[in-house]
Amino acid sequence: MSTLTKQDSFSSLIEAAPKNFESVRTLAKVSYLAQGLPAVKAEEYKFTNISKKLEQKITDFSPALPFAVTAEHVKSAVYEGFDGDILVFANGNFLPELSAKIEGIEVSLLSEKSELALGSIAKPGKDAFAALNQATFQDGIFISVPKKAQVEKPILLLSFDQANGGQLIQPRVWIEVGDLSEVTFIDQSISLGESSYFVNEVVEVKGGVSSHVHYYRIQNEGKNVIEVSTIEADIQKDSTFNSVNISLSGDMVRNNLNLNLVGSNSEGNMYGIYLLNGKTHVDNHTNVDHTIPHAESNELYKGILADQSRGVFNGKIFVRQDAQKTNAFQQNNNILLSEDATVNTKPQLEIWADDVKCSHGCTVGQLDEEALFYLQARGIDKLQAKGLLLHAFAGEVLEKIKTESFREYCDSLIQERLGSKF
Amino acid sequence: MSKDNSILEELTSKEYEHGWSVNYEADEAPIGLNEDIIRWISAKKEEPQWLLEWRLKAFRTWLTMTEPEWANVHYPKIDLQALRYYSAPKQIKKSKNLDEVDPELIAIYERLGISLNEQKRLQGIAVDAVLDSVSVATTFRGTLSKLGIVFCSFSEAVKEYPELIQKYLGSVVPMTDNYYAALNSAVFSDGSFCYIPKGVRCPMELSTYFRINAANTGQFERTLIVADDESYVSYLEGCTAPSRDENQLHAAVVEIYAGTHAQVKYSTVQNWYPGDKEGKGGIYNFVTKRGICAGDHSKISWTQVETGSAVTWKYPSCILKGDYSIGEFYSVAVTNNYQQADTGTKMIHIGKNTKSRIVSKGISAGKSQNSYRGQVQVMKRADNARNFSQCDSLLMGDRCGAHTFPYIDINNPSAKVEHEATTSKIGEDQIFYCNQRGIATEDAVALIVNGYAKEVLNQLPMEFAVEAQKLLALTLEGSVG
Repeated sequence: MSTLTKQDSFSSLIEAAPKNFESVRTLAKVSYLAQGLPAVKAEEYKFTNISKKLEQKITDFSPALPFAVTAEHVKSAVYEGFDGDILVFANGNFLPELSAKIEGIEVSLLSEKSELALGSIAKPGKDAFAALNQATFQDGIFISVPKKAQVEKPILLLSFDQANGGQLIQPRVWIEVGDLSEVTFIDQSISLGESSYFVNEVVEVKGGVSSHVHYYRIQNEGKNVIEVSTIEADIQKDSTFNSVNISLSGDMVRNNLNLNLVGSNSEGNMYGIYLLNGKTHVDNHTNVDHTIPHAESNELYKGILADQSRGVFNGKIFVRQDAQKTNAFQQNNNILLSEDATVNTKPQLEIWADDVKCSHGCTVGQLDEEALFYLQARGIDKLQAKGLLLHAFAGEVLEKIKTESFREYCDSLIQERLGSKF
Repeated sequence: MSKDNSILEELTSKEYEHGWSVNYEADEAPIGLNEDIIRWISAKKEEPQWLLEWRLKAFRTWLTMTEPEWANVHYPKIDLQALRYYSAPKQIKKSKNLDEVDPELIAIYERLGISLNEQKRLQGIAVDAVLDSVSVATTFRGTLSKLGIVFCSFSEAVKEYPELIQKYLGSVVPMTDNYYAALNSAVFSDGSFCYIPKGVRCPMELSTYFRINAANTGQFERTLIVADDESYVSYLEGCTAPSRDENQLHAAVVEIYAGTHAQVKYSTVQNWYPGDKEGKGGIYNFVTKRGICAGDHSKISWTQVETGSAVTWKYPSCILKGDYSIGEFYSVAVTNNYQQADTGTKMIHIGKNTKSRIVSKGISAGKSQNSYRGQVQVMKRADNARNFSQCDSLLMGDRCGAHTFPYIDINNPSAKVEHEATTSKIGEDQIFYCNQRGIATEDAVALIVNGYAKEVLNQLPMEFAVEAQKLLALTLEGSVG
């Protein structure tokens, strides 16, 4: 019953949706109504009852209104050592006046690009929340990197969020990367205020041939943030897509990361850390779809769970019948630090081709007692030794971040957390 | 590629060895499923009132349940009203004396290679032979009863040991556990019962051989094994069925109870009719198997070699309740042609210092689909639980699929859980290595597959291991990927 009433709250949102992108929205609306919000036992949301969470925490199912963000806000939010261009958002709305003009890169509001095939990458039929976003998003951003562009400095997508009027924030991002280009994005959101809000984000990345996209994200928002994010990328011939996702905070966070390997000799890499405490619940669902021969995917997610936190990992490798000569590797390691922490992990392989090398591994355990003893024997006290080992455990993922300043920033956040915690 | 195709063709034309059937006059229940049928079966078996009520309760719950659809298998829905729920050879008069069993029935088993004649047996294996809905004969009962071991058909056990049945029936797999377990609880016809008293090590392998003969009949047997404290038993299960164009349903329930320091080893070589090369016919094998390590230091080990059935849906599980208890699962699942298997295990760690080990080897050929689905759950109080899982899949041919769905749910920080899985085909370098040494490609594949499955086959009792190896070679003959 509860999901039904929830659907009603969203349906008034659907009624009030902007009038642009009509066919795109209609398609998504039909898809959303057909799927409904995930039911209690829905396989894809088995351990993450987001519908119930929304019911408990969200009272106003209308879009959060834009609010004034100042240059001061931006200045204080950008991490130390950042060297690049910043695009600023408030509750999902792009703020051109505070954002950089990046040479050679086209940035505009989505509403100015009404011919865009939104939803052609992150298809609304796959997930109800992606469909909801597509049916009801207010506006979003269009970023286009031209051909043969080596964008050396990272682009920071800096969002300021807070419940303002309504509690719904639905960012929508469309990124196009031309052939032979390389670009790095850093996605960071800052919570202003402590109140609950629901972020339902969709990012679509359309890569060109021989393009290289790095998409780094840090989730370190307020303790009351509920979030569902969908990042989906089509990876063309000879291209790579590298994703690193660092989750540190939130109330309930669900990340859907879908990589579609559509051109041969393409590569999709997915890395992540979830370092959680309190009652934070983070669910990482990744799906890599090998549709063509000769492609590779690598995945490594690591979790450290303290207090009553919960980590969910579901990694799916899908190898289609034509995708011969596929190499796909997946690894998920978890360390539980407290009696009340929980981990639910499901590394999943679906293989329809025979000439493949696919493997996955998954562990849940503790710190190596012998390593701990080794450090203690050398005069390092136990807490420090634990922190050191956990830091090393997370380090394997951190080193996948190529932008040095961002890697150091994440590293300092993790060290701070580990130091304060243990 | 053309060579591969011709070899695959050859493979798909392999005949099912046990596809024959015999005609005998049968005592059958009317077709259909309702409370009257259940009363009919219960009356036929002269069951006590409490068991009839138990069945009816299960039936009424079943009516409220829906068929599960989460498994990675696709098949036309079964019309459960069009099935016959009881079919037994008419001549049968269950006798404790084997000489009195109808020679015709004994001949069926002789033809399957199962000798019911105690003198002729080389190895000590006691057999309970189940044909369609009833148990035909149980061998070595005398020898076993001297040790206090009870080994007989389920119907006899209901009459002779009602207190044991009443205590343990449904204690591991509750009647309402799932759709097929509930159906089985309502209409189960026969099966085996075995009780090993305290401190007794069963001197021979106990075994049940299931044979479906009648058409349009579902087989619903129920096996209950109770190993009292400090006892040991090794139990084998084999099964075959005639080749028929229509699908037949087999929905069994196996329950194992292990007391303190008890050990139970349960081995299955499942060779139900898999359907023809077009995927027509074959058995739907929807089985619920579960054991509980109720006492401390107890151990339950499942070993299965799954080569038959059109659709398999089976998850032998262990509930590790006692401290220091151990659960094991070793499986080789081979699918060919249009076979579909969704099989795996559940290890539920409840007690402290419990251990479990999962080794699953899937081999898919032809157009088959082979899935491993498993769960390792460590409860909050299960300190120092340890699990190791390994699931490997071997693919032969480019039209088949191999899937892995492991669920790992950990609620205790002291747990150590490891899972690893690989999917690949037989390496060309491996074949080449064998070819170089004068081993033909065909033999090389057999060699490699046997080596691949060895870890599991080694767990089988000797007689079964030989059969399983042959079966494996036969099922995959010619399938060079």
